[in-house]
Amino acid sequence: MAKNQALLEVKGLRVGIAGNEILKGVDLAIREGEVHAIMGPNGSGKSTLAQVLAGHPAYTVLAGTAKYDGKDLLDLKPEDRARAGVFLAFQYPVEIRGITNSYFLRSALNAVRKERGEPALDPIDFLQVLEQKVKAIGWDDSMMNRPVNEGFSGGEKKRNEILQLAVLEPRLAILDETDSGLDIDALKTVAQAVNQLRSPSRSFLIVTHYQRLLNYITPDAVHVLADGRIVKSGGPELAHELEAKGYDWLRDAAMVS
Amino acid sequence: MTSIEAHVQQPYKYGFVTDIESEVVPAGLNEDVIRLISAKKQEPEWMLEWRLKAYRNWLKMTEPHWPNVKYGPIDYQAISYYAAPKQNPKLDSLDQVDPKLVQTFEKLGIPIEEQKRLSGVAVDAVFDSVSVATTFQAELAKYGVIFMPISQAIREHADLVQKYVGSVVPYNDNFFAALNSAVFTDGSFVYVPKGVRCPLELSTYFRINASSTGQFERTLIIADEGSHVSYLEGCSAPMRDENQLHAAVVELVALDRATIKYSTIQNWYPGDEEGRGGIYNFVTKRGKCAGVNSKISWTQVETGSAITWKYPGCILQGDNSIGEFYSVAVTSHKQQADTGTKMIHLGKNTRSTIVSKGISAGRGQNTYRGLVKIMKGAEGARNYSQCDSMLIGDKCGAHTFPYIDVRNSTAIMEHEASTSKIGEDQIFYLRQRGLSAEDAVSMIVNGFCKEVFKELPMEFAVEATRLLGISLEGSVG
Repeated sequence: MAKNQALLEVKGLRVGIAGNEILKGVDLAIREGEVHAIMGPNGSGKSTLAQVLAGHPAYTVLAGTAKYDGKDLLDLKPEDRARAGVFLAFQYPVEIRGITNSYFLRSALNAVRKERGEPALDPIDFLQVLEQKVKAIGWDDSMMNRPVNEGFSGGEKKRNEILQLAVLEPRLAILDETDSGLDIDALKTVAQAVNQLRSPSRSFLIVTHYQRLLNYITPDAVHVLADGRIVKSGGPELAHELEAKGYDWLRDAAMVS
Repeated sequence: MTSIEAHVQQPYKYGFVTDIESEVVPAGLNEDVIRLISAKKQEPEWMLEWRLKAYRNWLKMTEPHWPNVKYGPIDYQAISYYAAPKQNPKLDSLDQVDPKLVQTFEKLGIPIEEQKRLSGVAVDAVFDSVSVATTFQAELAKYGVIFMPISQAIREHADLVQKYVGSVVPYNDNFFAALNSAVFTDGSFVYVPKGVRCPLELSTYFRINASSTGQFERTLIIADEGSHVSYLEGCSAPMRDENQLHAAVVELVALDRATIKYSTIQNWYPGDEEGRGGIYNFVTKRGKCAGVNSKISWTQVETGSAITWKYPGCILQGDNSIGEFYSVAVTSHKQQADTGTKMIHLGKNTRSTIVSKGISAGRGQNTYRGLVKIMKGAEGARNYSQCDSMLIGDKCGAHTFPYIDVRNSTAIMEHEASTSKIGEDQIFYLRQRGLSAEDAVSMIVNGFCKEVFKELPMEFAVEATRLLGISLEGSVG
């Protein structure tokens, strides 16, 4: 893929759930290696955008397109999107009883590796892959032998999402309010882990309500989503402006337009 | 696809019929039929008398209707009570077994050929009502372990059979047990002598083949003082239009310091999407911890049958004896299961553990029914019960009926229960990590059943995981 071509290109995307239209025409282009932030007030459709790009079956695409690496993203099943390198760090990660974090993550990695034409890793090889990555988020191995997210605190769940991101090495990582519910230390750890994962071949879409995560992760672009549309785009300075002025002035602007 | 669809039918994979000439007794039940069965089995007089006593009691009993299941009336006179595959009467090796029979076993994946896959497992295969081949007998004989068809044991080890048959499940215990006592045609017999640790996992594979025959096998396992035995039971049946009755009895006796581990994988034909042609699995299984420090452990994985009615239980008579029940019951299609356990504490410091996992999909109805009874003399008894239900889709049901009867104030009882639903969000989460929808369901269900699967012997654990996958295939849209 040429350098200046978009890895993700969303055009005129309209999405509904249970008869309500949430996204009312979203345009967005993210090139390889870029970090984009989507900000906006509660209920603006930020999480819907994240979930739809990952293929959550509850949402209906009403119109528009989303191209990923030149392919029609919306045509792919969720697992095929994941195997092609689209990763969603969930706002509310689920618990899976009786399945260890380690087994789960190895199954996921092997599903992705299969798609890439790489051999499956056995538990021993996998431990080696895991070791550094577990340390990077400030954990020890014991977290890997616990059932997936069961009994994890909010912060531990979010760290677990970032660990999965680090292990699965996607090309497009979507972070859905990963900063919510984190104390300042956890926020720093998560931000640091994300910064380490930034690379010219990996793009990020960071969905957040507050600007504070962007104090630690400097985005290439910031977009403001209000009432299902991107009402303003800019550089990192836009995030600071929002922090100072809130969202209302933009919402009003959107109403008028 | 916007929601988890109701369970989609998965064709039954073991629904072939073997074309072997069967020797079938005409349908119907009366004393002549019982005499005929007894004569065909060349039984001693006391056995016939016992059968007739059971039959006369059965006539006075009524079919129980308290279970939380629904089915039409059963015509007991329309059933044939004896079907034996016609073949050479004497079998010294597998070469003499009808090749079609061997093929059937191969289709079922039964390890009847000694050197195959499951080397180390002795199999007594029950095809309809007659045991056709018993493997490893010679090897077991070296340890003094008796493992043979019960019909043979009645002739060759009459003293043991006469002493213990009916000692745990009396001939008049309940309607189906009485019927079984009257007409049982085969089953397994195991005796493990004092101090012997049985060197092999013993295994029986039950299969119903002839149409309109009931299968009434009877199993008796006796573990003498200080012995140890692990027994595996697997079941399947071909597809039919008519429902088939399976009323088995299993009796276990553990003497002082003996341990019996009994594992079942039940995959009887569940019927079509309306339950037609499925097996009615009305089974009485009970173990008696007769001696001090004895232990009986039941592990069951129930994925088949149109209706399951069974409560493998333990009578904890010996002081310090232990009873365990680990169960996974899956109901999909229109299957109904009313299953659980009975733990009767009689001895001092007796302990019981119950872990039940019910999974309902499609229009399946899953009921846990359990009784924990602490009798007056059971000083210091303890019970721990855990009942978890999982729902897949919104047309199925889960029900829990725990009965607790405590007559000694030193008893300690713990009961935990939970109900969960496999949700779209859970499946989506796993798919977002690259797993297919089916692998996602399989992973969630296996995680849910983990505490039970870890109790199964290795070969069975693998089969259980695979069976669950098959049973729940297509349960998400």
